[in-house]
Amino acid sequence: MLDDDTTDFLPFPPVGSAPPVLPQATGLAQPHNVARRTAPSVSRGAAPAADARGRQAALAGLLRHPGIWRRATPARIDARPTGFAALDKLLGGGWPCGALSELLLEHDGLGECSLLLPALAECARAGRRIVLVAPPHPPFAPALAMAGIDLAQVVRIDAGSADTDWTAEQCLRAGCCGAVLSWLPRADYRELRRLQLAAEAGDSLGFVFRPLAAAREASPAALRLAIRAGADGPRVEVLRGRGLREGTGAELRLSA
Amino acid sequence: MLHACIHFPRLALDALATGPHDERQARAVYAPGRPARIVAANRAALRAGVRPGQPLANARAACGRLNASPRDAEAERTALEAMAALAWQYGPQVSVMLPDVVSVEVGASLRLFGGWTALERRLRAGLDATGFAWQLGAAPTAAAAHVFARQRPGLAIPSPAQAETALARVPLADSSLPDTTVAALRGMGLATLGDLFRLPRAALARRIGPAALAYLDRLRGRVPEVLPRWSPAERHERRIAFEHGIADHAALVFPLRRLLHEFARILVQRDAAVQRFTLALEDERGHATRIPIEFLVPQCDPDALLELARARLERHAPAHPVFALALHADDLPLARPLPRDLFDTRRPGHLDWPALAERLRARLGDSALHGLACVADHRPARASRFVATDTPSPSAPSLPQPRPFWLLPRPLPLAAGAWRVLVGPERIESGWWDGGDQRRDYYVIETHAGQRAWAFVESGRPAYPRGPGWYLHGWFA
Repeated sequence: MLDDDTTDFLPFPPVGSAPPVLPQATGLAQPHNVARRTAPSVSRGAAPAADARGRQAALAGLLRHPGIWRRATPARIDARPTGFAALDKLLGGGWPCGALSELLLEHDGLGECSLLLPALAECARAGRRIVLVAPPHPPFAPALAMAGIDLAQVVRIDAGSADTDWTAEQCLRAGCCGAVLSWLPRADYRELRRLQLAAEAGDSLGFVFRPLAAAREASPAALRLAIRAGADGPRVEVLRGRGLREGTGAELRLSA
Repeated sequence: MLHACIHFPRLALDALATGPHDERQARAVYAPGRPARIVAANRAALRAGVRPGQPLANARAACGRLNASPRDAEAERTALEAMAALAWQYGPQVSVMLPDVVSVEVGASLRLFGGWTALERRLRAGLDATGFAWQLGAAPTAAAAHVFARQRPGLAIPSPAQAETALARVPLADSSLPDTTVAALRGMGLATLGDLFRLPRAALARRIGPAALAYLDRLRGRVPEVLPRWSPAERHERRIAFEHGIADHAALVFPLRRLLHEFARILVQRDAAVQRFTLALEDERGHATRIPIEFLVPQCDPDALLELARARLERHAPAHPVFALALHADDLPLARPLPRDLFDTRRPGHLDWPALAERLRARLGDSALHGLACVADHRPARASRFVATDTPSPSAPSLPQPRPFWLLPRPLPLAAGAWRVLVGPERIESGWWDGGDQRRDYYVIETHAGQRAWAFVESGRPAYPRGPGWYLHGWFA
């Protein structure tokens, strides 16, 4: 499980160390210790040029492995527009489809669900279900309807705390649910990992709402966002995301 | 037309057999009466000299170790019903001809099964699995098929002309004509049905009477046959009793699987499905815990039935050991397969929504899934309600002000504190006609932590100072 964390990216690089960027064919500067360690013979030019080319070709072949994601290349992620220009720009196109997005909230009521409404409306228009697994409060139908969501596609599922993650996993995996929203304050890495895999299998948008304190825990989610109160709406900060720069943020204006 | 006729020569005996028997033990079934007469006997008894029709006392004299039991008409009828259900797979018109014959018209379904040979192979396999002795015949008329089944088992003749030729060779004793008629005809020197067919019709009618003549016409297909139409029972009941109580509910899955697979087989035979049924778990004293099982759409797939029933069994199973498991279904609607795309793009492992909903309901309970709908009411507490899934909702109201994502089921008193009004007031006044009169001024407020909430104060109260009277009703999440 940890393998793909290390090949993907490190969410919080230790201070003073370089991110694990591989130097070849990236076009980036190569001043880091990683570059010096991995390719000394090539850069010294001691080996014949043909040999170096052969090695480069071999490495390039190796790097085409689908399990390896390189930071310099844009991630091939199917993104769904969020409906907010600033958020689309921040997320590199939108919510990642077939992946789990973790929304870490400073408090409830910061507009965290409103961020999803345009994407949910799009889901419902495509005829896929929107599932709310054990929401903390009853959703208010007029708010969803005013956002353009076809309420016939909205399903609320009552699940006991022991069944919440099972239910979310089933819904994500089934492939008939466009978006699955779940509230899992105490989920551990293993549970989230299962949800992430289920979202990949079902090609669904998976959203998990958790308290901001959970940001310290490791997470397999493809996208982690911290949501804090801003002056005029929620302030969204990327904690990690494929192809995204950690720590970038955007402040959104919601119409409330 | 091609009728397949199945004759069960030992029905009275086989209907009483509940398990494998030692064939060397002479067994017979007798009809009670004065004298009691043998109805059927197994091979060992026949070898010892027991004959059907013999008085029971003579049979006992012929075979000292004869195990004779009285016939059970109810068991015979049940067995014949089961055979009719089996035949129902192969043709739409099934008839039960008492006491021991089932016939089915298969001419219409020959193409479906790939011809008589393929159909016959399946029918034979199905009949062999029942453990009953049987004889099969097929002919253009049910009466002729019946004669073939009795006299020349295995004979199948689809052409009417050839069937008549074969009938002509049948001795009168096997023709199913009344015994007195047969005796009279024998006295006239007639031996086979062919001899009768050659006689002038008027003379024959005078000798054997109009009923027997009509029978001969039906035999040859000269007049249409009227057959009683059998239709399958509208309900299904099955019970499995255990010798010892089963306390471990995981172990109940095995009898459950057997019940449901048998049930699914019957459903397929009948082209039916089931939407609700009951599982009864009986304890030692026969007291049953009933688990109702209800699906959103009728199901007939055994694996789906098992998965959904099993999850409910795990949720509701009683604490005491189970001594019998019974399945009871009253309503078996016609199976209607769900429409599917010709080019099915779903990946393996994907479920469609009905299947997913069934799986969730099976584990979480029948009332775990809710749809959401707007209600045309201005009062927020009544503007939104939970409905059954897939209920269409009235269109969205056009409201001037935003609405919160969460609406608290009960407004909470809002303490005076560090919050400020962002938007408002929006007066919502409604319900004077139904006793739920409300006059409220709603505000969008922001707490000191930056959360946005929907709060109200009863109209007429001053909005400031923010004293008592303020309530929190929703969150703009």
